[in-house]
Amino acid sequence: MDKYRCTVCGYIYDPATGDPDNGIEPGTPFEKVPASWVCPECGVGKDMFEKV
Amino acid sequence: MKPIELKKGIYWVGVVDWNVRSFHGHTYTTKRGTTYNAYLIVDEKICLVDTVFGPFAGEMIARIREIVDPARIDYIIANHVETDHSGALPALMRLCPQAIVLGTEKCKEGLYKHYFGDWTFQVVKTGDTLSLGKRSLTFMEAPMIHWPDSMFTYCPQEELLLPNDAFGQHLASSERFDDEVDQCALMDEAKTYYANILWPLSTLILRKLEEVRKLDLAISMIAPSHGIIWRKDPLKIVHAYAAWAKQEPADKVVIAYETMWGATERMARAISEGLRDAGVEFALYNVAETDRTQVITEMLDAKGFLFGSSTHDNDMLPAIAGFLELVKGFKPKKRLAGAFGSYGWAGGAVKEIEAVVKEAGIEPALPSLGIRFMPDEKELKACYQFGVDFGMKIKGG
Repeated sequence: MDKYRCTVCGYIYDPATGDPDNGIEPGTPFEKVPASWVCPECGVGKDMFEKV
Repeated sequence: MKPIELKKGIYWVGVVDWNVRSFHGHTYTTKRGTTYNAYLIVDEKICLVDTVFGPFAGEMIARIREIVDPARIDYIIANHVETDHSGALPALMRLCPQAIVLGTEKCKEGLYKHYFGDWTFQVVKTGDTLSLGKRSLTFMEAPMIHWPDSMFTYCPQEELLLPNDAFGQHLASSERFDDEVDQCALMDEAKTYYANILWPLSTLILRKLEEVRKLDLAISMIAPSHGIIWRKDPLKIVHAYAAWAKQEPADKVVIAYETMWGATERMARAISEGLRDAGVEFALYNVAETDRTQVITEMLDAKGFLFGSSTHDNDMLPAIAGFLELVKGFKPKKRLAGAFGSYGWAGGAVKEIEAVVKEAGIEPALPSLGIRFMPDEKELKACYQFGVDFGMKIKGG
């Protein structure tokens, strides 16, 4: 599963850890993260992420 | 300490900071000073939108007192955490401890991590509305324009947009409105603000502008948190932002360099002759001498960047190195770049420049030009040709 980087603030989404604080279970691939999810660090949308 | 009424019952209660010359530490030179704009809305409820930089809290409070007793404030909208807008909150909250502070979730966290205040905070999201009586306020989250906590506040009954730092300018003046000040100074400071603060966020800004356009909000006035209030032609600054954010730079080159004993400067001047003969507008700056805020503003709408440095300890000189660190952070789009410089023995500066340029996402448009010690006549011609070649690339040739 690929990691994705927020192009605005640099946060890395790692599918292995997910984002449990915001309802994304560990093991969730980026593609399966809902479109309404936002970067937990800076708040921008999923479309601002790129594959690492 | 008189407040200024911008709409019936809505007042500017900010302060003018005539003397500030360094902003965000020393990253931004505010040669014309700035203002911190706070706005008081007097309705059935009394609402303050943003505050001012901490050292000016007393002046803001005195201005509020001219209209109402600050103890009567019901709501304080915190559009942005940054201390130049929230710094007066602790002093103000001592006078109106019952007031509710409203902002985004990130704002709540950020304000606490600045002031550790035990304040009543109401988190708002895009589309939430606060009724003040005859008027209401609607909130729109604006993450990373320009911090995660940022939001815009809109008053539909007054067609008034309060976008905090967006559309602002660092411009101290006795007047408060766009039709009362020198237009060149106003747009120069608006562009400087965009270039030095918002440039790296251009993609987000384009999207936010589109989002706001789709909402089809009536906007008769834009009151930002710094500088002049746009009332005569509020869309002028919106259109300017759209143009800057699109990053469609002009056929123009900025040469930014640093020199030890003048050899790199001679190269820069010979290169500029080549650019001129290629018919390309250019500006030339020794970044160790010129304020970098100004150079960055000049770069915002320039398609070409030429960076030069003498080699010192196998690397660039420190002022140009620091300058390029800033440029790297802007992630400029649709640009061409090149590197040049003089060296004595092993060289190294041009390679370091190339590396930073690539990190900024720009491929060098032509091979770098390095010259040992002082350029001779033949080498000056090579510099001139470097300028011609780069100029032709700028013109798409």
